[in-house]
Amino acid sequence: MSALTIRDVHKKFGATEVLKGIGLEIGQGEFTVLVGPSGCGKSTLLNIIAGLEQQSSGSVEIGGRVVNDVAPKDRDIAMVFQSYALYPSMTVRQNITFGMECRNVPKAEQEKALANVARLLQIEPLLGRKPSQLSGGQRQRVAMGRALVRDPLLFLFDEPLSNLDAKLRVEMRMEIKRLHQRIGATIVYVTHDQIEAMTMATRIAVMNQGEIQQFADPDTVYRYPANLFVARFMGSPPMNTVPARLEAADGGPVVVIGAGRPDEVRLRLSGYDAAASFVGREVVLGIRPECIAEGSRMFSNSAGAPIVINAPVEMVEPTGAETILLVRLGGESVLARVAPDVRPAPGAAAPFALDTRRICLFDPQTERLIA
Amino acid sequence: MRERTFTPSRMLIYLVVSLVAAAYLVPLFVVVLNSLRSNEEIAQTSMIGWPQQWAFGNYLTAWSDFCVAQTCAGIRPYMLNSALVTIPATILSTLLGAVAGYAVSLWRFRGDQWIYGIVTLGIFLPQQMRLLPWTIVLRDTGLMDTLTGLVIIHTIQGLSFTTLFCRNYYVAIPPELIKAARVDGAGFFRIFWRIILPLSPPILVVTVIWQFTHIWNEFLYGVTFTTGQQQPVTAALIALSAAVADIPQHGVQSAAVMIAALPTLLIYLIGGKYFVRGLTAGAVK
Repeated sequence: MSALTIRDVHKKFGATEVLKGIGLEIGQGEFTVLVGPSGCGKSTLLNIIAGLEQQSSGSVEIGGRVVNDVAPKDRDIAMVFQSYALYPSMTVRQNITFGMECRNVPKAEQEKALANVARLLQIEPLLGRKPSQLSGGQRQRVAMGRALVRDPLLFLFDEPLSNLDAKLRVEMRMEIKRLHQRIGATIVYVTHDQIEAMTMATRIAVMNQGEIQQFADPDTVYRYPANLFVARFMGSPPMNTVPARLEAADGGPVVVIGAGRPDEVRLRLSGYDAAASFVGREVVLGIRPECIAEGSRMFSNSAGAPIVINAPVEMVEPTGAETILLVRLGGESVLARVAPDVRPAPGAAAPFALDTRRICLFDPQTERLIA
Repeated sequence: MRERTFTPSRMLIYLVVSLVAAAYLVPLFVVVLNSLRSNEEIAQTSMIGWPQQWAFGNYLTAWSDFCVAQTCAGIRPYMLNSALVTIPATILSTLLGAVAGYAVSLWRFRGDQWIYGIVTLGIFLPQQMRLLPWTIVLRDTGLMDTLTGLVIIHTIQGLSFTTLFCRNYYVAIPPELIKAARVDGAGFFRIFWRIILPLSPPILVVTVIWQFTHIWNEFLYGVTFTTGQQQPVTAALIALSAAVADIPQHGVQSAAVMIAALPTLLIYLIGGKYFVRGLTAGAVK
């Protein structure tokens, strides 16, 4: 049974359409991340799922029940907000039990549920404090506790980590993931941070301009982005996308960057049968920075030696864990991700190994993935 | 902290401020002094003068013996009338204004901005314009010449200000708080009672001071809609000064004025710091 089904949901604010026909089917126990740039409609969609906003058309089903006209409190959901939205005048204990109090849960049961959650989130020493006496990370925990204390069909998270500092964010990210693995809850999680999406999700829905661009597991979204938007949004640094030309050759098509130039780059592709109809036409070539590495690199599961080409280096950005290089390939600037100790001089040429098995080809007109 | 030096420009500021303050305080000063002088002394010398003999008895006379209209019970019964009007009307208008302000600031419903606009329009209507409608209402409800009638008038008219005050305070509350409570299962009134009201003391203090002062000091409705024994103290003070055609009773009258002004003065002294703080609270957050 699907835990959440969204059918053709539209939302208009006056004349502007912020959601243009959203459809999603989310299974029991899935951790779905809605990710996209600000203004893409992801938070509006979450509010519609929660019942805090009414869709203009379309339907929402939670646990197989259509909830279009059901109040938030009767949708069997729990929600964590970006600002945590802890009740300022209540103690942590009261914050967590307020929902049960509203539902007339017997006192003894409330105490039991509170004790469980406090132990799970390790907030027992904080129960008597007011939200103003808590640090950002502690508030975050309490906000989670307020959601976890119930056993709802659906957990909704609205950018819960974006107010935390970088270190705490990474910690909480892992903790939320661990929590999901432990309690197996169905979660819909909104974020603009693609790393959060990649690390936590079982499936990612990438949204832009009120539409779902791709809905798939993180590996698929990363390896086969459905279109140029997804390719450029996911990954840090994002996928390089450069204009190229697909040409016929013996033993499979060849993709050419900067065709006709003296420094043109010709890459033989194998296993790109779906691109057959684009032979002889312009395409957009997508290649992830980590698929352009120092010349001595061996890519995993690679059958033979990788393709190595010489290319001029424009800029060197050491990050510590790796070095990011701005490289010219066939006249186009692309980012390469090389080992941390590789520091070629800017302006000089250096050898680069290319993992051509992971190249993506996009239709320049529709911007969709070809192969 | 800036060093305190008496530069000429600073001196000028102090001078101007002192003059303005003096001009404001002179009438109060005269009334206070007269309230402590006997009637004879005032009649023999002048309205303005230092008491030659302290006549504290004026206060006692004004409170319980002095004749207003045909009754000689001082202003005590009228003080009681004023309290019986002001206290319920202040509490009711503050609570209703808090609920109304909460509704228009934190809930979206059809026509919410219109309702807010119409309610606050009441602030700008001159009092005289409302006399006739209230006359009709009080006549038809049989509440003419009753304290209940005044309570209703002040409660309803107070709503314009109390709604404005509370609404402007509540708009600073993050809407996510309401969303969280709705998901938690709380309804309109539970959210108000458990979450909004505990955040409200600063604005409630401001509203109570404002309402109490205005209702206590209000005169027009009191003198128009009540007579004799039913009048609030502000209206009774006029009757008191009208009743002294033969012998001037300035000492006792001054004492009566002082007594009548005491409650609002006390409210301001107790809550004044909250008042100034509360008026700017919305802007700071």
